[in-house]
Amino acid sequence: MSKTAKFKIFRFDPESDKAPRFDNVDVPYSDGMTILDVLFYIQDHMDPSIAFRFACRAAVCGSCALHIDGKYQLACETQASLGLSKRVTIRPLAHLPIIRDLVVDMEPFWKQYKRIVPYLLPGEPPPEKERIQTASERLKLDVVVDCILCASCHSSCPMTASHEDYIGPAALVKANRFAVDSRDDALGQRLAIVSDEKGVWRCHTVFNCSEACPKDIDPAGSIANLKRLSTRNYLLTPDSR
Amino acid sequence: MRYHDVIVVGAGLAGLRAAIAVNQKNVNVAVLTKVHPIRSHSVAAQGGINAALGNNPRGGFDSPEKHAFDTVKGSDYLADQPAVLSFTEAAPGIIYEMEHWGCPFSRTPDGKIAQRPFGGAGFPRTCYATDKTGHVLLHTLYEQAVRFEHASERQNFQIYEEFMVTRLVVEDGECRGVIAMNFATGELEAFMAEAVIFATGGSGRVYIPSTNALISTGLAVAIPYWAGVPIKDMEFIQFHPTTLLGSGILMTEGCRGEGGYLTNASGERFLANYSDSAKAMEIAPRDIVARNMQREIIEGRGAGGKHINLDLTHLGAEKIMTRLPGIRDLAINFVGVDPIKEPIPVRPGQHYTMGGIDTNANGETEVKGFYAAGECAAVSVHGANRLGGNSLLETLVFGKIAGECAADYVQAKALSKQGESAIKQAASEEEAKHRELTSGAGSENPADIRDELGALMVDKVGIFRTEEDITEGWKKVKMLQNRFKKAKAGWAGKRFNQSLMWFLELEGNLAIAEIVVAGALSRKESRGSHFRLDFPTRNDESHLMHTIARWSADDEKMKLAYRAVELGIWEPKERKY
Repeated sequence: MSKTAKFKIFRFDPESDKAPRFDNVDVPYSDGMTILDVLFYIQDHMDPSIAFRFACRAAVCGSCALHIDGKYQLACETQASLGLSKRVTIRPLAHLPIIRDLVVDMEPFWKQYKRIVPYLLPGEPPPEKERIQTASERLKLDVVVDCILCASCHSSCPMTASHEDYIGPAALVKANRFAVDSRDDALGQRLAIVSDEKGVWRCHTVFNCSEACPKDIDPAGSIANLKRLSTRNYLLTPDSR
Repeated sequence: MRYHDVIVVGAGLAGLRAAIAVNQKNVNVAVLTKVHPIRSHSVAAQGGINAALGNNPRGGFDSPEKHAFDTVKGSDYLADQPAVLSFTEAAPGIIYEMEHWGCPFSRTPDGKIAQRPFGGAGFPRTCYATDKTGHVLLHTLYEQAVRFEHASERQNFQIYEEFMVTRLVVEDGECRGVIAMNFATGELEAFMAEAVIFATGGSGRVYIPSTNALISTGLAVAIPYWAGVPIKDMEFIQFHPTTLLGSGILMTEGCRGEGGYLTNASGERFLANYSDSAKAMEIAPRDIVARNMQREIIEGRGAGGKHINLDLTHLGAEKIMTRLPGIRDLAINFVGVDPIKEPIPVRPGQHYTMGGIDTNANGETEVKGFYAAGECAAVSVHGANRLGGNSLLETLVFGKIAGECAADYVQAKALSKQGESAIKQAASEEEAKHRELTSGAGSENPADIRDELGALMVDKVGIFRTEEDITEGWKKVKMLQNRFKKAKAGWAGKRFNQSLMWFLELEGNLAIAEIVVAGALSRKESRGSHFRLDFPTRNDESHLMHTIARWSADDEKMKLAYRAVELGIWEPKERKY
């Protein structure tokens, strides 16, 4: 007999439903099946109305982060076998308005991303060829540039939950990505943006972001670095006091 | 009706680079993309991007001309040589520009952009950022797009996220605009533009499995095809040698560039046994390696019966962790194999669409004001087989060129804002179509047709092809097209109606499948990725030609024609590596 995997899936159409509901869905299981495969199985064969985001199905595009079995994970790399031994709950990302079912409005997330001036601002005009960056300088970028902007950190953070204007862990990782890049010369400009109660000082070091990150970025570490830079800047710059 | 001077469709590397190029000329531009820009399939590219920088100690004598020769030879001489020369000439500049914009390339010990060997290349010329090159390029380019969005001194630069274009409006041989579905509302919106650039990626998902993202379907090539734009060389489908068993996820060519081995059931590096790969071994071009792997599997020498082992264990933990960390994660998470300890099970799988919208080296098509760039286009610089590291390069080089040419075209255009009634008519036709598709239930499930189509394409127009198989493939595609007429999108709602989206994508897949099959049937030779067991050699006398497919709206039929390849300084020769 074929195996069945069991799920409980969040469903909500804010335009027509009074309240969200959870659908219990049992899906025929096959080896190697992922949570994203489960959602496609439902869409193809059981309920074509279900909505969710996807693209690469290889854990690099950042589309399919969901709250699965109690934590934020990428649906495409999470095994459906979780649902063999118990009914697994699947919910959308938190702290973002729901468009429909598992699709949330990411606009608030991108708004914060754009706030931190998310592009390289070099001090000098570029040379004819590449800028020289030593291997050890490049090493500092190794982890921070891996961020796929899936918003798992954003949704797991209690501060983004209560403070809409908090820049949030993902955008702060991006700010730190430029702070540690030897080619960037806009640390002061970005510190001015992140050094207040809407920025790094809103972070209460709960570490949910670092636990949630599917790419092991450690957003809390990035925020700690920005706090350090922010403090040093405050102490060393008389004008800032 | 919305209006922009230039509309770019697609926000991967080609689309964003095109939009930036348009805006750099102070021309108003909008990007329409069905996913957020950084979700585009460019993000999944792993191994690298080619340019003759000569940064590797073994690459000191490299040059754009040598890069061009490798590209032409790799293409099995089907690439247009003048286009290839300008392509490789532009490569170093476009890489330096990405570096200046902040792209975090891996570095050499002296701090320059690092380069690794790749298949079919005479020198190590593939610039990379570990095994996440597409990811860092796309994130960097999106950052720059935000910079252009921020810059107030320029003309408008706007991105419409989660808008899927469903129709191209052409009137009197000129492009007028597009109709697009806004996923968030489900509404169709009409866009008027002086020029439209398609940068929509490949059609890989006509095949199942494929390394391509689920969003890379045939629809975006089918849309201009239905509007009368010719489609070129679609029978040339690249099968990447190393895709993960099961999911078909890509395992970069960088694995072999860094020294990985391909071995069969008895642990033998079998590529030595084939004359076309005996010398270059694992870094022979993709078409050759994929074929020789498939032969091992067919002849029963595959590991576990049906796959080949990609063995990295001798590279050691440090090299794997620093050069191929993403590959390690994918192997662990998707097949439970740690490449530091054991080989990765792989097999060849659909990877790249060499053919596409017929353009010249300026990205121009036969329709005035309509341009294409990147994987959806065929210039052609890849001919019958693309070299690894040349696709990312194509997106940036031709994205930029198409953007500049479109901006020049708009600025020189005498009459603007033409075709309002044609756009309105197209919009109301699309609306009627969507209403019809979402009313009632069909007797066929589109998902079944999609899956059957994908499987039959692998089976009948795969790595090895014969007259008999392709003919059967043709009949089956026609049968599926007929069954499709009885299908409907399964849901009538508006917002994020993904069943309607999939239905439209499938309609595109069926059109593209027909072009692939017809081209494969008519090409009675073997060239690059197109290998006919019944015609195992290349035939330059009769087939040194591009295949051109056209949709004839009058009798609703596809028609094939041929066009001579633009040769140059390199005479076609037999390929050996």
